[in-house]
Amino acid sequence: SSHEHKLNFRKSKEACLSYIQDALLQKQWKRAAEFLTCYVESLEKDYSREHVGPSEMIWRIGTEILWHHSQSSMKEFNCFMEQMKTLGVKRYLKVCLEHVFHLLCNGQIDEAYQNLSLAESWRFGEQTAIQDKEMKLIEAYRGLLDYYSWSKQKNILLENGEDGFSDLAVEQEMHSYFRKAAVNLKEIIKIPGVWDVFVKCYVDLLEFYGDHNEARQVLNEYAYNSKFPANPNAHVYLYQFLKRQGESKKSLISALKILHDIVPSHELMIDFNTMLQKSKKRKKRRLGLEVIFAALDYAGWKENAKAWSCLARQVKQIVISEKHLDWIKQEWNSRKDWWPAFHFSRYLAKRNWQENKSLSYEKALVAGILLGKDCKYFKYVSHQGCKAQLKRFRMLKKFVNRHNPVYLRISG
Amino acid sequence: RDFNERCAQCSEVNWGLTDGGRFYCRSCHNVTERTREVVNTDFITNSRVQKISKGLRKQEKNDGGCEWYICEGFQLVLKKQAEALEALGVCPQMKDEILCNFWRCYLQKSKQAYCKRPDGETVKALSVCESSTDVDSDPERPSLLHLLSLSESEGDLQTDCSFASSVSKVSESTSVYSGSVDGSLYLMKNQKEKLTMTMPMTLSFCYMALLWLREPITLSELLRFVVEGHIPYLNVFQHFPEKMKLCGLDLRIFCVESWPIYEEVFNKMHELAAFLDLPRFPDITDSCFLHPDMLCMKYLMEANLPDELHNWTCRVVKKTGIGEVDFLTLMPGNKSTRKVKYDVLAAAVIVVVLKLLFLLDDHYEWLLSEFAEERNKSNTEGGPYFEFKKWYEVVKQSLDVKQKKLDEERAKYLWRCEKPLFYSVKNKSKVLKRRQMVVNLQNQFGKLSGSVRRAEKPNPSSFQLSWSEENTDGSCFHGHSLKGVLQEKCGLLTAMNPDYWLCTVKLCNEKLCGHLAHYREVEFPQSYHFVLGLFSFLLRIQPSYIHDEVCMIEHKLFNKKLYKKLKYNTVLRK
Repeated sequence: SSHEHKLNFRKSKEACLSYIQDALLQKQWKRAAEFLTCYVESLEKDYSREHVGPSEMIWRIGTEILWHHSQSSMKEFNCFMEQMKTLGVKRYLKVCLEHVFHLLCNGQIDEAYQNLSLAESWRFGEQTAIQDKEMKLIEAYRGLLDYYSWSKQKNILLENGEDGFSDLAVEQEMHSYFRKAAVNLKEIIKIPGVWDVFVKCYVDLLEFYGDHNEARQVLNEYAYNSKFPANPNAHVYLYQFLKRQGESKKSLISALKILHDIVPSHELMIDFNTMLQKSKKRKKRRLGLEVIFAALDYAGWKENAKAWSCLARQVKQIVISEKHLDWIKQEWNSRKDWWPAFHFSRYLAKRNWQENKSLSYEKALVAGILLGKDCKYFKYVSHQGCKAQLKRFRMLKKFVNRHNPVYLRISG
Repeated sequence: RDFNERCAQCSEVNWGLTDGGRFYCRSCHNVTERTREVVNTDFITNSRVQKISKGLRKQEKNDGGCEWYICEGFQLVLKKQAEALEALGVCPQMKDEILCNFWRCYLQKSKQAYCKRPDGETVKALSVCESSTDVDSDPERPSLLHLLSLSESEGDLQTDCSFASSVSKVSESTSVYSGSVDGSLYLMKNQKEKLTMTMPMTLSFCYMALLWLREPITLSELLRFVVEGHIPYLNVFQHFPEKMKLCGLDLRIFCVESWPIYEEVFNKMHELAAFLDLPRFPDITDSCFLHPDMLCMKYLMEANLPDELHNWTCRVVKKTGIGEVDFLTLMPGNKSTRKVKYDVLAAAVIVVVLKLLFLLDDHYEWLLSEFAEERNKSNTEGGPYFEFKKWYEVVKQSLDVKQKKLDEERAKYLWRCEKPLFYSVKNKSKVLKRRQMVVNLQNQFGKLSGSVRRAEKPNPSSFQLSWSEENTDGSCFHGHSLKGVLQEKCGLLTAMNPDYWLCTVKLCNEKLCGHLAHYREVEFPQSYHFVLGLFSFLLRIQPSYIHDEVCMIEHKLFNKKLYKKLKYNTVLRK
């Protein structure tokens, strides 16, 4: 610190803020409160030129402190939020929204709903138009809570339905929640953005009421409209919907193709590869191989036995058929420098053998084909397997030995 | 109102003053030739300077306020400050005689009162609101808007344009938006005359009075007391009587949002002394508190340095002549002598002495310290030898703790007070609402601060660091002996250190650069920086000011050598 001896209001408050910041980062809530108490008088000064003024600072810092401080109650928190709402009209809806989030985190659904309704009815001259985005969000979240209520009613109905009685009142309420929810949810997903939770809920509603066309359209928009930010989940939702609808493999595959491009390590890649492997089209099978290799490039998949079994199956199938060995060669080309150390080290051989014999089996097969029967991994695992007198390992050893020339062709 | 003659016409004794400063009878409006010469000194509280003005002036405003002038406000401030100083132990003479007279003299010289024609020009109508291109009838006068926008950069009070537009159009002789009568006039004048009264200048007045009386308070101490709240300064307007309403431009004059700066108060004081044509101040002799010999003793104690160093400081003072009466005593208006900062000077002397004995080149002082440590092991008689290293560790630790505390206090400083300030009636409600919210938030978060209650104002103390010889942990170095760093030569004790390095070979021209030298931490040894930092903390000023004085003293000390052997580098032999 420069031990500045010239001190004025502004510098003094800047220093105060940095102390608050330190305290917050170290989760020292009491200390943060202490300094915030000294900071609040900044409200009495005009900071209209600053990017972030004291009222916003106080709102954000105060929220953090009250949320985490052990002696702070929800009542105090709410009281504080109400004060903050009056502080800056330009921020009114934002504060309302964040308040709602906190209430939801605290499980106070009803209070959250009330606050959302209140905020929805807010009007303030031209500010209403300026804060249009926040208003849409508020409406969307109210729609979400309506969905939640709808869901509750639906569950009640389903339970009671087993008795043979359908409660008309509950049903009507359910429908009214649906209408309210649908209106708002539909609105928000029109705007380009990431609306996973809204989309899911809306689609759920549509599916329940049998409007599959609308659901399909919504999901397509969400996934394929270039105005929307690239979102892997959009493709996942579409895929899941199509699967529920019993769509053809072709459309399922096309839904997952983009997901593979965006997130090669996605867990659905196994499903994708499985579908592709079985395809009659050569191109698709080729893609399947690419997909599974790409997934296993990622550390998170190293110990995924299922993934390895997919790869092993496909590699085995290619080797046996003696067709398309060049596919393996192509895929292996960019990987032969680092996969050995990444997947097939002696240390991993030992560990895999100890922890998961199936995993080591699949991996050994792949290693044996790609690196030959003399590679560390295969040697160790097959040796252990034979020692343990496990039949499949003996079969594995035979298989790899028989097809060793393949390795030579691949690596050459 | 000493004028007690009966009116020639109506035999009443009921006088007022015209614009021209002449007495007129309020009963029959007979104007006399008598002009106002001397006004009662107590005119602050009850009296009002009444004028017949051409336009209308409301005698009593609706809100129970009265008319008051800016200088009345300042007079009140000075009174409060003097009372506070009295409570701190300053002799009552200061308030009742010295300060009073200085103030009267100032008012007279600046033609605000006590003279034939008070300089109250009628304020011309200033229409500010509608068009921003409106210019005053006097093109030399800066427009009100311009003045208002000036203070933004200093982080001053709210001055956005919406305020300006809320200022109402005025008729001829009423002042433009201020609670006081001449608030706007005051700010206008600011541009031309440099000695318009300001809040920092009240401290200059105080210091001037203290210096005249040779009271044992240095300027740095005075300013420290101000910051610590023992002397009214921040929010002093709280003490104005109810009927003196403060609003609008008055705020710019009386509300401070920054701490007083040593240099500013110091320089203003000298300007003031010259402006008032004061004679030579009472002599500062070697028995005065402000004399370097005395101040050095105080600072040596506070810096936890051995008492024996005092001999050395006295020697330096003598050799450089800075202990001479003529050097130390203030001669107002004398431009050739350097103005003396007593506190900084004394601190600088100590720094020079430390350099003489320990060299402070980040090398030698530690060697000496090890040497002393060795000798201390076999030292059984008398006090221990002073070890620089031990001293450094002890002082640094204390200093760090104090500095950290001070930094936190600065961050927690509360600038606002209970009395709300507003520019206009229009934003009064907004201000009050804000104030209420601030109080609510302070309560809410204050409760969450835990057991930490805001510390009460510390008792005013002359010493910020104190060391007790009774501590058995050896953390007090007052009684330590310098024998570890001295040697006998020809019956005299001299420093073992044969070298010295000058802070700067050539002094800058203070008038051009503002400084005698330019201090940058990276260019100097760490030990030197530490020592400067220590005194910088004690005096609450930038290290560069102490550095300047050190340079000045060094050049006096090594004067002959410097002129003789110009070719030498910075290292000289003593």
